[in-house]
Amino acid sequence: MKTFDYVRAASVEEAAEAYAARPGARYLGGGTNLVDLMKLGVERPAALVDLTRLPLDAVEELPDGSLRVGAMVRNSDLAALPAVRDRWPALSQAVLAGASGQLRNAATTGGNLLQRTRCPYFQDVTKPCNKREPGSGCGAREGVHRDHAVLGHSAQCVATHPSDMAVALAALDARVELYGVEGTREVAAADFHRLPGDRPDLDTEIRPGEIVTGVVLPASTAGRPSAYRKARDRASYAFALASVAAVVRVESGVVAQAGIAFGALAHRPWRARRAEGALVGAAPTDDAFEHAVDLELAAAEPLRDNAYKVPLARALALDVLTRLTASART
Amino acid sequence: MWIRGPYGTSPLRKGIHDMGTDIHADGGLSRRHHSETTLQVNGKPHTLTLDHRRVLLDVLREDLDLCGAKKGCDHGQCGACTVLVDGRRVNSCLLLAVSLDGCEVTTVEGLTADGEELHPLQRAFLDRDAFQCGYCTPGQICSALGAISEAAEGHPSHVTDPSVPSGRPVPLSRDEIRERLSGNLCRCGAYPRIAEAVEDVVR
Ligand SMILES: Cc1cc2nc3c(=O)[nH]c(=O)nc-3n(C[C@H](O)[C@H](O)[C@H](O)COP(=O)(O)OP(=O)(O)OC[C@H]3O[C@@H](n4cnc5c(N)ncnc54)[C@H](O)[C@@H]3O)c2cc1C
Ligand code: SF4
Ligand code: FES
Ligand code: FES
Repeated sequence: MKTFDYVRAASVEEAAEAYAARPGARYLGGGTNLVDLMKLGVERPAALVDLTRLPLDAVEELPDGSLRVGAMVRNSDLAALPAVRDRWPALSQAVLAGASGQLRNAATTGGNLLQRTRCPYFQDVTKPCNKREPGSGCGAREGVHRDHAVLGHSAQCVATHPSDMAVALAALDARVELYGVEGTREVAAADFHRLPGDRPDLDTEIRPGEIVTGVVLPASTAGRPSAYRKARDRASYAFALASVAAVVRVESGVVAQAGIAFGALAHRPWRARRAEGALVGAAPTDDAFEHAVDLELAAAEPLRDNAYKVPLARALALDVLTRLTASART
Repeated sequence: MWIRGPYGTSPLRKGIHDMGTDIHADGGLSRRHHSETTLQVNGKPHTLTLDHRRVLLDVLREDLDLCGAKKGCDHGQCGACTVLVDGRRVNSCLLLAVSLDGCEVTTVEGLTADGEELHPLQRAFLDRDAFQCGYCTPGQICSALGAISEAAEGHPSHVTDPSVPSGRPVPLSRDEIRERLSGNLCRCGAYPRIAEAVEDVVR
């Protein structure tokens, strides 16, 4: 590992200034992804600006019924918050489906959103990878890609985003709060991560030096039936092969509101807008669910070895939609 | 509520400040690659000048002679390095020691005071024969200790029954123990005995 400077900032403003003053700086959250990548030589920061002691660990109820979660709230605390468990259960379930108890105690809300792909070529500096080294090629496209994308991939990159939490945030219409030297802004969680296109080096819409200060869970999905389901190679402590987060409200026998996002299928949480459009206004029947999910997954373009993901994601989505609407269907 | 502040809220912690860089009168920055760091380990303060690259696991084993925590994978994948920082279980292989300035660290060596009996978890691991080679055991025990307090504080897990009300202690069934300890691998496959040992302590 290369040597680096270490700065502990006292305020968000100071952190952004410290970052701007040091070319090659990185922000440090829980470090569970960044330190790992530094050991692998994938990240070689000249300086670390430690965010973990910033006053970004608060959870606030906002007057309009939304909940603001600071970026330094640890994943285990986020999942345990009664407000989250009771009103946005898909988020708690998604966080608890990821990593291990130890890792969730260290991992932060901001760091979880910004964790990098688990593509093995990205993590191995001896292999070609357009995300790590633009222009070097993509080892996975014709190589080992069982875990890779089936939706929205490009000639340049077929990686998936590994976060479970981000999938729930996308389905629940959460917003990501950002601070930069130019000021603050908000981005919808569903639009925060990007598709790879011809810039696979960019995972998200974050600008250089910007800090994730928090996420906001909106009143529009609060208290609505929501759930997360994940398929993986072992029962615990493994990344998703496919996952789904959904929030559904049925009123007078028809679907009045639907938010659905797939995980582990694309370079970002895949918000299933087509499926949602087909569902809203329809009766919550098996046929309607199958029609909607198939409409969405028709866009899938599996690689040589990952076609299994399409029926797997389909089964997960149908199960979650059926369970969430069980009381309205009887 | 059980939400804790960030690491290092203990009074030992130094004033928050730019630790690694000197800012000169002319505004230039001189880089530093070492910082003085104080860790309260098993109740004793240690002030060390640490290279920023060093992780807690290596400092415990190489500088403080505490070889209980083990290096299995060095990448957060096995749990052999599990220790408690400010009372919470974490993977010490992924924590930069400099970022823990002022924190309290508990390793398997610190579960009991000098000359004291074994900790009930250590006793239970012996009674149940919950290991073979023993390499994963310190991590298993520290992880179990953390898991028991998380459940008592009302932290749910992936397998927690939704009917357990939010914010209330979660009873630790066999399934709960298995899920909550999934971050600790055992190459010898002692899992059934490990779960029994933890069950003995929570019963
Ligand atoms: C063995 C293992 C298994 C795992 N399994 C899963 C799993 O099943 N599901 C899952 O979702 N995740 C899993 N993870 C990943 C884990 O969730 C992430 O490592 C963690 O959430 C990252 O959070 P952090 O705070 O530690 O981030 P860090 O490692 O500190 O940072 C990650 C990135 O974000 C940047 N950053 C951090 N905070 C901010 C901020 N506030 N503003 C701007 N930039 C910031 C950093 O510069 C860095 O680039 C696993 C990890 C390991 C090691
Ligand atoms: S899929 Fe993306 S991350 Fe993986 S090797 Fe190809 S370019 Fe790199
Ligand atoms: S050595 Fe830390 S998790 Fe394996
Ligand atoms: S006892 Fe040998 S690894 Fe667990």
